[in-house]
Amino acid sequence: MFEGRDIISIRDLSKRDIDAILEKSEEMNELLVRGKVLETMKGKIMSTLFFEPSTRTRLSFSSAMQRLGGTVIDLGELKASSLAKGENLADTIKMAEKYSDVIVIRHPKEGSARFSAEISEKPVINGGDGANQHPTQTLIDLFSIKKFKEKIEGLNVALLGDLKHARVIKSLAYGLGLFKVNLTLISPVGLEFEKEIIDELEEKFGIEITQTNDIYAGIKNADVLYASRIQKERFADPYEAEKMQNAYKITLDILEQGKENLIVMHALPRVDEIDYEVDKTKFAKYFEEAGFGVPVRMAIISLVVG
Amino acid sequence: MTDKELLVKKIENGTVIDHISAGRGLKVVQIAGLGSENKETIILLINVSSKKLGKKDIVKIENRELTREEIDKISLITPDATINVVRNGEVVEKKVLEIPDTIEKILRCPNSNCITNENEPVKTKFEIQKEPLKLKCCYCERNFDIEEFKI
Repeated sequence: MFEGRDIISIRDLSKRDIDAILEKSEEMNELLVRGKVLETMKGKIMSTLFFEPSTRTRLSFSSAMQRLGGTVIDLGELKASSLAKGENLADTIKMAEKYSDVIVIRHPKEGSARFSAEISEKPVINGGDGANQHPTQTLIDLFSIKKFKEKIEGLNVALLGDLKHARVIKSLAYGLGLFKVNLTLISPVGLEFEKEIIDELEEKFGIEITQTNDIYAGIKNADVLYASRIQKERFADPYEAEKMQNAYKITLDILEQGKENLIVMHALPRVDEIDYEVDKTKFAKYFEEAGFGVPVRMAIISLVVG
Repeated sequence: MTDKELLVKKIENGTVIDHISAGRGLKVVQIAGLGSENKETIILLINVSSKKLGKKDIVKIENRELTREEIDKISLITPDATINVVRNGEVVEKKVLEIPDTIEKILRCPNSNCITNENEPVKTKFEIQKEPLKLKCCYCERNFDIEEFKI
């Protein structure tokens, strides 16, 4: 079902595909918890081609491959690689395809992962392409929600922050749509979700979507609050961005207005959108969520490499 | 030759693109002729009275028939146009435009951050949604209105 397949966009995956990945992720998670040493990817090599900075995605992919007994090669410092000499992406992919069994790519240009997959005969996994997609993060988010809430279907999920620019949110909203959740979109004025994506979600999945600029109203019925960063670099005036961030900062006071079993998730890195005092409370699930990056990516690698 | 004759001058061989939405004729000329190597005479009529449309534009191109790609492009900007192929003064073929499901190679993605705008061996590809008309880039996955394209 998955062998040789590329993982480029959450739109390419069916509900059945996602269920299969989540099931495999659970299997991997149990093996990790039991401290089991795996060798299923022994002799296999993964290329990580990161043309943009990344901490969690790169580390958890590397950790996942090594936990499976495989090895990892990467581009090293971009300045030292032939890309600095002007080599294009197509040629870099052709080379990586010969050197490895699976390729993970993060690239600032949108569509770069799809293009790479067309060139490579080996499976390509998208680790983030510009502001477009980050499908493996979505799979981690869905896996986390299922772990924390024991189901995804029918939950009330609130997405908070810069909904206009965050690729993580775009991918996740689509993934949640497949599971028929009730979505609430909370964002500052001007940073709302693209109307076309809302139309697409409503049309495709028939789910209920509520939009608000009021954080209190937005979290009132939420089971899950998924936060994202206000992207300061996109503001002409940094003070404006800061003001907006403060107005939408998640504090204990706000969370206590919500449901008893509300949880807070975040793809990280967190800058100042969640107050540190939340970290040690029952609401905070973001570090555990980051930890699930390894078993979910182990599952994805295992499925596509076969 | 009087001005009136010139206005309705028939072409012996070539293509007549009729029923173009008023104001889109110049775009059709750009698609079908200008900027290319073509040396044919092109006649552009703007705001011609039409029973069906009120006003319409007409483009006549001498000695050339349109390629599939050109026809697909024209269908996107003026879907109600009709294309008549003329040989020896007779209309030998009438083509009704149909918006294709996908369009490849000929349109440039309006998203400057799309990989198709880089120096890479990649051709553009868009999936077309007809009502309302939207084009979705198969690479960057963004949706665009036809007005966003430089045609």
